[in-house]
Amino acid sequence: MNTLPKIESTERRPSPRLQLIARDGSDGAERIDPKTAHISAVGLEKNYYKGSIKIPVLRGVDLAVREGEFLAIIGSSGSGKSTLLHLLGTLDQPDKGEVMLHGQRIDDLPARKRDGLRNSQLGLIFQFYHLLPEMSAFENVLSPRMISDGVWKYWSRRREHEAEAKRLLEIVGLGHRLKHKPRELSGGEMQRAAIARALINGPRILLADEPTGNLDRTTGQEILNILRGLNEREKLTTVMVTHDLAIAEQADRIVRLVEGRVET
Amino acid sequence: MYVLLLCRKYLTTRYIALASVVSVMLGVATMIVVNGVMKGFSVEMQARIHGVLSDVVFESQSLEGFMDAQWHMKEINKVCGEYIEGITPTVVVPAMLSYKVQRQWITQPVQLIGIDERTQGKASDFSGFLQHPENRKQLSFDLREGGYDTQNGKRASLADAGWQYRREMAALRKYDRETLDDDPLKGGVQPPAPLPPQASQPPAGLAAAAQPQQPKPVDIFSQAQQQAAAKGQAPPPFAAAQNVFDAGKQQHTGLVLGIALSSFQDRAGDEQFLAMPGDDVRLTFPTAGTPPRPIDDLFTIVDFYECKMSEYDSQFVFVPIQKLQQLRGMIDPQTGNARITALQIKLKNEADGNIVRDKLKAVFHPQLYRIATWRDKQGPLLSAVEMETAILNVLLFLIIAVAGFGILAIFFMIVVEKTKDIGILKSLGASARGVMGIFLGYGLALGAVGAGGGFVVGMALVHYINEVADFLGWVSGTKVFDPNIYYFYKIPTIVDPFTVGWIVLGALAISVGASVFPAIRAARMHPVEALRYD
Repeated sequence: MNTLPKIESTERRPSPRLQLIARDGSDGAERIDPKTAHISAVGLEKNYYKGSIKIPVLRGVDLAVREGEFLAIIGSSGSGKSTLLHLLGTLDQPDKGEVMLHGQRIDDLPARKRDGLRNSQLGLIFQFYHLLPEMSAFENVLSPRMISDGVWKYWSRRREHEAEAKRLLEIVGLGHRLKHKPRELSGGEMQRAAIARALINGPRILLADEPTGNLDRTTGQEILNILRGLNEREKLTTVMVTHDLAIAEQADRIVRLVEGRVET
Repeated sequence: MYVLLLCRKYLTTRYIALASVVSVMLGVATMIVVNGVMKGFSVEMQARIHGVLSDVVFESQSLEGFMDAQWHMKEINKVCGEYIEGITPTVVVPAMLSYKVQRQWITQPVQLIGIDERTQGKASDFSGFLQHPENRKQLSFDLREGGYDTQNGKRASLADAGWQYRREMAALRKYDRETLDDDPLKGGVQPPAPLPPQASQPPAGLAAAAQPQQPKPVDIFSQAQQQAAAKGQAPPPFAAAQNVFDAGKQQHTGLVLGIALSSFQDRAGDEQFLAMPGDDVRLTFPTAGTPPRPIDDLFTIVDFYECKMSEYDSQFVFVPIQKLQQLRGMIDPQTGNARITALQIKLKNEADGNIVRDKLKAVFHPQLYRIATWRDKQGPLLSAVEMETAILNVLLFLIIAVAGFGILAIFFMIVVEKTKDIGILKSLGASARGVMGIFLGYGLALGAVGAGGGFVVGMALVHYINEVADFLGWVSGTKVFDPNIYYFYKIPTIVDPFTVGWIVLGALAISVGASVFPAIRAARMHPVEALRYD
């Protein structure tokens, strides 16, 4: 992380092979053992309820992501891609199936452990940035560190934390906007701040839910370049959900979700 | 850390929540003021009551009193001498006070108390309530030349009181008698018989012209007295020969008058007096015999007594105990032993009052003696003040509780408003406990601001309570605090740090308590649902 250069690359990458993985791998695609994958899902099912009406969202999804891989999940609205990302990020728990990190099941961990895991090993990026409006960009970036450390620990190492936050904001091109509140930033700037925030605790996996969905194409490409750069230089495993095939094509691999299932 | 940061951010950006703090602040401020004033009132009142009553009062059940004060004092010292600092005998009897203003007689019921001028100051704070600085050091029933405390001009007329005033009044009366035959003290009463003289001051004069026929005391010793006279023994002092009394040079027996018995306030707010030190008054009271008969005598006011308890200031009249015993026929002419109605006992430590009372009660028969601490004697009044304070506290605490409900409602609104932020925090790894901590901390911060503000406002109000009362009086056009009603010139206040601490802690507890339910709700929010909230 310390050698991470400022990411400005706009270079288009060759389209990745659309790789669809069925449970039995019968499509012939490369099979990844969930137990050796960096993060994986096995037979994930998730239903929502509207009153007494059951709405199935995920109907048994198997997915495995290698360490350092940049995976794009595409699908139309309502296909369950955000839900899948939330399950991978332990923000939600599946009705059935398992989520594994380095072969260890994580979906059934106690809430406190899942919180800790999310804080230290997963970096989450959202379509609508989800920055805390009361805090400046700088404070937003520091917030995961504030969460992980107690008051005393944070306070005693605050200079170190602040230097790291500044460095990350400079990497994403926001070094000049440290004290600005989210409402004073543009969409692209907010997403850059969100990326810096996702990186502050040094996660090994980035989960991005439509990171360019709310941005114009140029800005979206800039954001994607940042993510791509992190993936290449830092070998950060990245799972990105998008409905934009043009964006998805810049990933190493694409998985398509159709009606809660990985399309075979 | 994020909990502290967000608490600070919410506190400085959510002004609607600060509105709910105003009611906490007002509640705390009001409670501090009310408790300060009530405590001040209570302590001041107790000090005044205690100034009149000694620590333990040993009383006779009968107005006739009990025999042999010395024997009683000795016995009391035997029972609990280790606790006792001093004992002084008193005679307490109901009486009528009469004095003449212009041509009008003013008669009032009073409590006549015979005291020993040498020891009374040692058994209670009596001396401190007198108006002449010398009398405060050591009471004397001799009229002073002048120098009475004018309270920085509020009692300007007292500057003339004393012998100077008496001489002027005597000369005026003499002139009236000689030129107009209009003695203001003659009034509608029968010309009195001459008074029995005091040992050093022969009576008559003013009294010779104004006194009614002196009724002979018919007392419990009358029989013995007559027998003694028949045997050629010396007659008691009050039966001495008559002399010419010069009011300009002589005084009657000294008397300390409760200040409210002769004072009134003029339109300018200054205190004026119907009778002053140097004036003569007449006291009528029952003898000690059975049945009691009225007896009266002239006395000269030598000082005013002011403990600022209107009940006492408008009732108490103090005279030398020996004179009262003589007039009431309480001295056994054969033995010289005098009866008294009460012994005032001062303790080394006032806190031992109950022990001393109980020890004495075990020895002295309750059919004959009433033994009580000063607190027992004023129990109902002290309990009433305590009860009033307690009820006020409950009512005022309800104000803070209402403020707590305000915080609860606003917090629920804030939790709803902050739903997305809660989702964000949870997505970043904040635990449910951490999220709960934000809102509990926010409640505590609001409570601290409210209680802190209330503390500052309350303490300022307590400090400037009299100025505030004057201002409110000026605004409303009526006196908010009338010294005539309360008999305090200033509103007494005492801030008890312990009470203030409880008030502040209570306000904090209510603020935190009110934020518990919203905080639990926030903690239980599902992160995905919270993130999707619009």
